[in-house]
Amino acid sequence: MSELMVEAIDIHKSFGSNEVLKGISLTVKRGEVMCLVGPSGSGKSTFLRCINHLERINSGRLKVDGTLIGYREHNGKLHELKPSEASAQRVGIGMVFQKFNLFPHLNALDNVIAGLVHVKKIDKKIAEKEGIELLTRVGLADKLEHFPAHLSGGQQQRVAIARSLAMQPKLMLFDEPTSALDPELVGEVLDVMKSLAASGMTMIVVTHEMGFAREVADSLVFMDAGVVVESGAPQEILANPQQERTKNFLSKVL
Amino acid sequence: MPQPKKVSIEAVPLRHPYRVAVALFLALSGIAFVIDASHRSAYDWKAFGKYLFDPRVIKSAGVTLELTIAAMFFAFILGITFAVMRRSPNPILQSVSWLFIWIFRGTPVYVQLVFWGLLSTIYHSIFIGIPDLHYHHFYLGVHFALSQNTSLFWIAVIGLSLNEAAYMAEIVRAGLLAVDSGQEEAAASLGMSWWSTMRYIVIPQAMRIIIPPSGNEIISMLKTTSLVTAVPLVTDLYARTRDISDETYNPIPLLLVACTWYLFFTTILMIGQYFLEKRFARGHRPMIAMSS
Repeated sequence: MSELMVEAIDIHKSFGSNEVLKGISLTVKRGEVMCLVGPSGSGKSTFLRCINHLERINSGRLKVDGTLIGYREHNGKLHELKPSEASAQRVGIGMVFQKFNLFPHLNALDNVIAGLVHVKKIDKKIAEKEGIELLTRVGLADKLEHFPAHLSGGQQQRVAIARSLAMQPKLMLFDEPTSALDPELVGEVLDVMKSLAASGMTMIVVTHEMGFAREVADSLVFMDAGVVVESGAPQEILANPQQERTKNFLSKVL
Repeated sequence: MPQPKKVSIEAVPLRHPYRVAVALFLALSGIAFVIDASHRSAYDWKAFGKYLFDPRVIKSAGVTLELTIAAMFFAFILGITFAVMRRSPNPILQSVSWLFIWIFRGTPVYVQLVFWGLLSTIYHSIFIGIPDLHYHHFYLGVHFALSQNTSLFWIAVIGLSLNEAAYMAEIVRAGLLAVDSGQEEAAASLGMSWWSTMRYIVIPQAMRIIIPPSGNEIISMLKTTSLVTAVPLVTDLYARTRDISDETYNPIPLLLVACTWYLFFTTILMIGQYFLEKRFARGHRPMIAMSS
């Protein structure tokens, strides 16, 4: 087992001529909670999406749990993985989206067990038991049969977290999980994320919730214009930013 | 709560004199036409009544229905297949789908039906396997003989469904495109394969958008079956009524008979479509399943 859960070395990513990531290097230890912050367009969401290969990187090396993502290295050469192999890698990496992306034609329980049934091919009855447990864990035991359209944003996002957890990931990626929520619903989602962090889950969270970062994160990374500007312990960076760009950003959001 | 006092506005409602005049004119013209038609000998209502429920007509109406159902069934399956192929990451599948749609949407269905009818004169047999490699009379492959006896009904079904599949593919494609791309990303992040994502996540959601225009296509297909005479299949409603009138030298009442049956079927289909659309238009919100 690798001590490092995520290891990114000089990641570059462009959309056409627009270079979004200009050499990102960072590491996340097993059990660590890292918050990625920065102005919109800084590339933090793109970087997150590269980690589970939803976006393809142009150069650099990206490893999760010691395994190269999206490629296999053989005699110093990279070979693209088959779609089935790339899918298998994603099973171990949970992702929570800003807009929840729940499956609207399935109720809460069926959303949670979709991966168990269609990827892990677990018997539906057994999967349902597991799904009920997970929905209980995120406080939605009474909403099993509700369709996403009949749930509040906060409830939908909690279902989405439970759906990711069902695959028993070793790493969870959160892409602005509370940005689409009404202010009064942010707390219930953050609470679930806090208890998940307390359970020892490795997490990378792209967020604007500085309170959460201060309270829960082990490390904080400030990104701007495709580069890591500053990183370290959240308390320190938030209280005493060293870089001008960080100071500027924090003065606007704090 | 106290009832608010009702205050009604007292005003002379806006008059629509021209509407009334036009409606009156149309109604009178309609009545005049009906009265005239009921006496006009060319319509021969007696013959109309005699042939409307003629066993041959009823049987041919059944053939038209069978053609419609069979052709739409295959068109729907092929349409989904080609639409999904068009969206697949595989460039070969994409190109095959594009080519199919290009050819079958770009040529008239009547011409296509004539072609399918002539298939057995173009190709006497179809052989799938390794040619020239045989041991006595055992070939390595499968051999289909295309004789003149190959069922004209099924040739018509093939011709109609291949043409319709090109249209269905475009309808399904629009449905697939309407599903938010976040759905595919969420499925991918769970580790679902591309095909599972299509099968369990994207296609079920696309159905809501696909079904209403598909109803239209069924109605359209019912009428298009009258072209199977190009194959030439002559057991459908239109060909049969024309056959009968060829003997009686009295075409008009039989045309009316055919139209009546087509209208009867399309009316039923329109009613069905109304309820389907109502069902699928219920907000985007599915009803909460009853808790057990």
